[in-house]
Amino acid sequence: MRTKAHLSPWAPTLFLALGVYLLVFLAERFGLMTPYWYQVIQLAAITAISSLGLNLIYGFNGQFSLGHIGFYAIGAYSSALITKDLAANWSGTRIGPLAWMIAGQVGVLVVLFVARALRLGTVRARLAGGLANYLKPYEAGVLVLLVTLALVSIALAAGVFAAWGLQKVLAAIFQVFLSLPQGIARSVVFLIALLTGGALAALVAYLIGLPLLRLSSDYFGIATLGFSVMIYTALQNSDQVIPTMKGARGMVGIPTWTTWTWVFGALFIVVFIMRQLVHSSYGRAIISVREDEIAAKTMGIDVAQLKATAFAMGGFFAGIAGGLYAHLFGFLHPSTFNFIKGFDPLIIVVFGGLGSMTGTILASAIFALLIEGLRVLLPRGFEDWRFVIYPIILLLIMLLRQQGLLGTTEWGWLRAPLPPERDIPTPDRAAQARVEEQEA
Amino acid sequence: MSANLRVVAEYDSNRILDIRRLSIAFGGLRAVSDFDLTVPEGGLYGLIGPNGAGKTTVFNMITGLYQPTEGDILFMGRSLVGLPPHTITQMGVARTFQNIRLFPNLTVLDNVRIAYHTHVGYSLAEAISRLGRFRHQERLLTERAQDFLAVFGLQDRQLEIAKNLPYGEQRRLEIARALATEPRLLLLDEPAAGMNPAEVESLMELIHFIRDRFKLTILLIEHQMRVVMGICEWITVMDFGQVIARGTARDIQNDERVIEAYLGKRTGRGI
Repeated sequence: MRTKAHLSPWAPTLFLALGVYLLVFLAERFGLMTPYWYQVIQLAAITAISSLGLNLIYGFNGQFSLGHIGFYAIGAYSSALITKDLAANWSGTRIGPLAWMIAGQVGVLVVLFVARALRLGTVRARLAGGLANYLKPYEAGVLVLLVTLALVSIALAAGVFAAWGLQKVLAAIFQVFLSLPQGIARSVVFLIALLTGGALAALVAYLIGLPLLRLSSDYFGIATLGFSVMIYTALQNSDQVIPTMKGARGMVGIPTWTTWTWVFGALFIVVFIMRQLVHSSYGRAIISVREDEIAAKTMGIDVAQLKATAFAMGGFFAGIAGGLYAHLFGFLHPSTFNFIKGFDPLIIVVFGGLGSMTGTILASAIFALLIEGLRVLLPRGFEDWRFVIYPIILLLIMLLRQQGLLGTTEWGWLRAPLPPERDIPTPDRAAQARVEEQEA
Repeated sequence: MSANLRVVAEYDSNRILDIRRLSIAFGGLRAVSDFDLTVPEGGLYGLIGPNGAGKTTVFNMITGLYQPTEGDILFMGRSLVGLPPHTITQMGVARTFQNIRLFPNLTVLDNVRIAYHTHVGYSLAEAISRLGRFRHQERLLTERAQDFLAVFGLQDRQLEIAKNLPYGEQRRLEIARALATEPRLLLLDEPAAGMNPAEVESLMELIHFIRDRFKLTILLIEHQMRVVMGICEWITVMDFGQVIARGTARDIQNDERVIEAYLGKRTGRGI
C-alpha cells in the first residue's frame, strides 16, 4: 500500500527544472540575453556539476579533497583531445587514438577486476601470516613478493589482451559513426568524448583513491592537493609528450560544441544519478562513513572500497564538467586548472551546505551571479572591488551559518523519501518475559 | 566468501569463540599478553577488570580494528586474524562501543538500515535506475529495520535524529543496530555505562531477552559489578593485560587476586 507521504514530490522539481531550462533556452534563442550572460549561465551549471561531485566526496562521504580540479582538468583535456582531431579532420584516420583511449581504460578496469577476483589482498595477508611461523621475515617477504608479482602479471596480461581486442572492435564501430549525417555524428562523438573524459577522471580517482583514502581527512586533503599540483605541472609540460596539448601555450582549436541543452542535460542527469544514489542503501553507507568511520566498519561496510567508489564517482562528475568546459570556450590553458581555482568548487560546496545537493546547485548559481552581477552593479572602475565584496560575504556566511546556506536540507524531489506508513507490530516484551518465567 | 577462509579447526559448538595466547604490543607496552578465552555457543560471558586492563583492546582485536602481535582468534573454527573489520562483521561478529558510536546526524531508522547494507540484494545500477529488485528490497529492509526498532521500543522514534535521543535510548539503538547485522556473537562494551539503576535493570532484562530471541552468544565488558554478577554465567577478570581469574560470579567474588586488583578498591559496593 502506497501512502501519500511515501511519494516524493517530483513534479514541482521537474517543472522548476524545465522552467529554468526553457527560460534560458528561449532567452538565448530570441536574443534577450547577451552571449556573455549565456556563457556565464552555462559556466554556472558546469560548476554545479563539478561541485556536486565534490559534495559527494566531501559532503556525503566526508573525505576532504583538494584534488577535484585535477579531475576537472583530466576530463577537459582528454575530451578535447578526442574531438579536436576529429573536428579538424572529419575522417577515419583519427579513430585509432580514440578507440585506444577507451580500450585502454577498459584494460585498466580488467586489471583491477582480475586482481580483485584473484583476491590479491587476502592472499597476500594470509600468505604473510601463514609463512611467518616457518620462514625468516625476509624469506617470507620475498615469497610474498613473488606470488604478488605472479598474480599482478596475470591481471596485467588479461588487461592488455582485453584492451587490444576492444580497440579493434571500437575502431570498427566508430567508422560507422562517420558515415552518419554530420550533425548526428558530431553529437555522438561529443557524447563519447564527454563520457570518456569522465571515465578517465573516474579511473584516475579510483587508482589514486585506493592508497590515499587510507589517510585520515586532513592528510588526505594535503595528498590530493599534491595530486592537483602534479596535474597542473603535467599540463604545463604536456606538449613534450602530446604536441597537440600545447603545454603552457594553451590548447586552441577545440570545437565549441557545448550548448545550454548539453550543459543542462548533463546537470539534470548528474543530479538524477546522485539523488538516486544518496537515497539508496549505497548512499546511506557512503554517509555512514562520514558520520563515523569505525562504526561503519563494524556494520560490515567495506569502507575502503566505498570511499574509492564515491571518490571515483565524484571524479566522474568533475570529468564530465571539465569536458563541457573545454567545449564551451574552445580554449584550454593550464592556469584554469591551477590549484587556487580548485578552491572554487570547495567554496561552493561549503557555502551551499555539506551534504546538500540543493545547496550546491543554489550556491553555484549564486556564486556565478554574484561575481558577474557585481561586475554590472559596481560603477565603472570599481569592478575589481567584487573580489573584496565576495570574500566578505563568504566570511559573513561562515560566521553566521557554519553549516552553509542549507546545511544538509534538501528541497522537493531531492529530499529523502519517507518510509511508508504502516502499523509496526510491537512485540509485547512483558508478555514474553512472563512466558519465559513460567518456563524457567 | 567462506570458501577462501582458512578453516583452522573443526567447528565445535562449545567454542564459538576461541582465543589463544592473544597478545598485542603498542611500541614497548604490552597492552594484552597471553590472553585465552573460550566461549560456548549461546553463552553469556563477562570480561571485567579495572580501567586500562586491556578489555576494550581485546574487543578491538576480535573485531579487526587492531592486529594482534601474537596469538590467534578463532570464530566458529575460522581465524579472524588479518581479516578486515567489515569481513569479520559479515562473518557474524557485532559489537557496541564504550562511548556510543551512532551515526549522529542520521535518523534512527537510517542507523539501523545502514546495518542491513551488507544484506542488500540490489546493485548500484539498480539503485540508480530504481529498477529490478530495488523497490522490493528497499521496502523489505525498511520494514525489517522498523521491526527491529519495535523490538527495542524505538518504533515511534524512527524519524528522529539519533544524536537527539536520550542517553538510554541511544544505547538501545546501538544494540539494535549491532543486532541488525545478524550476528552470531555480540560484543557489548560497557553497555550499562552512564545508566541510572532503573535503566540498568531494564538493560539486564534486555540482554537476556535478545540472547534468547536472537539465539546469540554474548560477551560483555562491564564496570558495574551488579550487571556482571547478575547476568554473566562465566567471568574472566583481567588486570594489566593479563587474565588473573576466571570462573562463575561466586568464584570471582571470593578470589583473593580479584578482590585485591579490583573489588578491594571499591570496598564491596554493589556486590
